[in-house]
Amino acid sequence: MNTQTENNPAFQRIRGDVEKNDVVLFMKGTPVFPQCGFSAAVVQVLTQLGVKFKGVNVLEDPEIRDGIKRFSDWPTIPQLYVKGEFVGGCDIVREMYETGELNELLTTRGVAVQPQG
Amino acid sequence: MPRLDHIRAKLNAKLTPTRIRVVDDSGRHIGHAGARPGGETHFIVEIASPAFAGLSRVARQRLVYGILAEEFAAGLHALALTTLTPEEDAQRPV
Repeated sequence: MNTQTENNPAFQRIRGDVEKNDVVLFMKGTPVFPQCGFSAAVVQVLTQLGVKFKGVNVLEDPEIRDGIKRFSDWPTIPQLYVKGEFVGGCDIVREMYETGELNELLTTRGVAVQPQG
Repeated sequence: MPRLDHIRAKLNAKLTPTRIRVVDDSGRHIGHAGARPGGETHFIVEIASPAFAGLSRVARQRLVYGILAEEFAAGLHALALTTLTPEEDAQRPV
């Protein structure tokens, strides 16, 4: 990452969020009221796994909405971070959930999971 | 040329897929964030290509997004992406 991006205020805020919280979902809407089907799908997966996560509503913040795409080098929302590391968007999260890899990733990173049902 | 054809042509040129399926799914997203009056915002893309061998899921999707960067800059909003190697594609339950 070059100096310009290091000093980018949006990047600093994003970095702060993903460093302070074990699991962060950059999404459209909130975990309670997702405003996009793809974001809703990821919330549902995290809820099924019983994972605590911070939802960042990019619709409320144009700087973050644009910034997260460049920060992650990923053009779409939602985006999931675990322990500061980019995991993926909706397709990847769903696939990793179905194969059990997401549960495994969270567990090996020391994030508490309590699968529901 | 519709965006669907641009997407397919670019992916065909760069990834030489053994299988590719591109569907314009914009109609299901009318009124959602990112939808536009002209449509052509949401697509379902399934690709099997040897180019994905040895790449992580994130790296595979980044490869596709990179090839379609111009489309994203011009109003493409989201893809539902399946990226497989030809071997994975052959083992896929039908």
